[in-house]
Amino acid sequence: MASANTSTTAEHLFWKGGVQPMKVGYGKLMMWIFLLSDTFTFSALLISYGLVRFSFPTFEGLRKNFEFSTAWWPIPERVFEAVPFLHGIPAPLVFVGIMTFILIMSSVTMVLAVEAGHRRDKADVEKYMLWTILGGFAFLASQAWEWGHFIHGTEEGLTLASGVKVFGANLVQNQYGPPAFADFFFFITGFHGTHVFSGVVLNILIFYNTANGVYENRGHYDMVEKVGLYWHFVDLVWVFVFTFFYLV
Amino acid sequence: MAQHSENSEKVPSQTKEIWRTFWILLGITALEFLIAFTVDADQYKWTKVGIFIILTIVKAYFIVAIFMHLGSEVKALIWTIIIPCIFVVWLVVALIVEGGYIGFERLFFN
Repeated sequence: MASANTSTTAEHLFWKGGVQPMKVGYGKLMMWIFLLSDTFTFSALLISYGLVRFSFPTFEGLRKNFEFSTAWWPIPERVFEAVPFLHGIPAPLVFVGIMTFILIMSSVTMVLAVEAGHRRDKADVEKYMLWTILGGFAFLASQAWEWGHFIHGTEEGLTLASGVKVFGANLVQNQYGPPAFADFFFFITGFHGTHVFSGVVLNILIFYNTANGVYENRGHYDMVEKVGLYWHFVDLVWVFVFTFFYLV
Repeated sequence: MAQHSENSEKVPSQTKEIWRTFWILLGITALEFLIAFTVDADQYKWTKVGIFIILTIVKAYFIVAIFMHLGSEVKALIWTIIIPCIFVVWLVVALIVEGGYIGFERLFFN
């Protein structure tokens, strides 16, 4: 009905359907918009962490004299210094470094699966999807271990001013610092872990469909790309969580 | 969908850029660890924080531009995703400053 339009806009500028806006498919565009909304959710979580952190005092002395107390915010690398099978040996950030490596690696295998999909190489897509799923499970297992360690705490625990000893952390008490630190740890890494879990479920679905030849019959592997976007986003969020929760 | 049906013959894989990006990401993460363990945190606390934030944004750029292919999408899509993130920058500044004030109040009224 362009003829009914009395504006002076040139004819070729009207979007009359049949053309993909921004030259991407509907599903991919919607995935991007969803990821943008998810960016806001994760930003809100991390920024509230920043707000609460700045509202608490920091430890005034030198780092080597640092002690845990509910009066000030903990130094994260002192909290997360345990590694499985290395009991009692302080190794700050080593385990979280391994987790970061696992997630980056699974992001790489995901992008290799997407690339194999462009070539319509079914066997390669299957292979790389399996590696990606394995990486996802490895990350979830590592996170479960870290949560377990954080919840159980150290043998020494923390003696409060009232004389009560506190071991580990939960939503109401925390041996490493103010309870808010533990709350944010559980909410931020938990929300991210939920995303990883959903990503693994989606990846398994993609692997199942690929193995059954669904995408081969469809003629394209666009679904691998869409789920790939989600998986990379999960990796992207971890990059920020790693910096703002563990590193600074 | 037409462009997919025409390349049904085997195309050689193009994984060079993917692995290059992997090494960059791994290298930056290794550099972060190096800085975390070698630079004195008592003296250079905010320098360290600044470096970490810059390196994080560099890593985010490579993940979004290469792994998520946003770098090769049309400009309109790139800006559709990037521009709303400016609100995040605003929120960071607003809430971090606010956090400082809340801490100030807590100090005086506790």
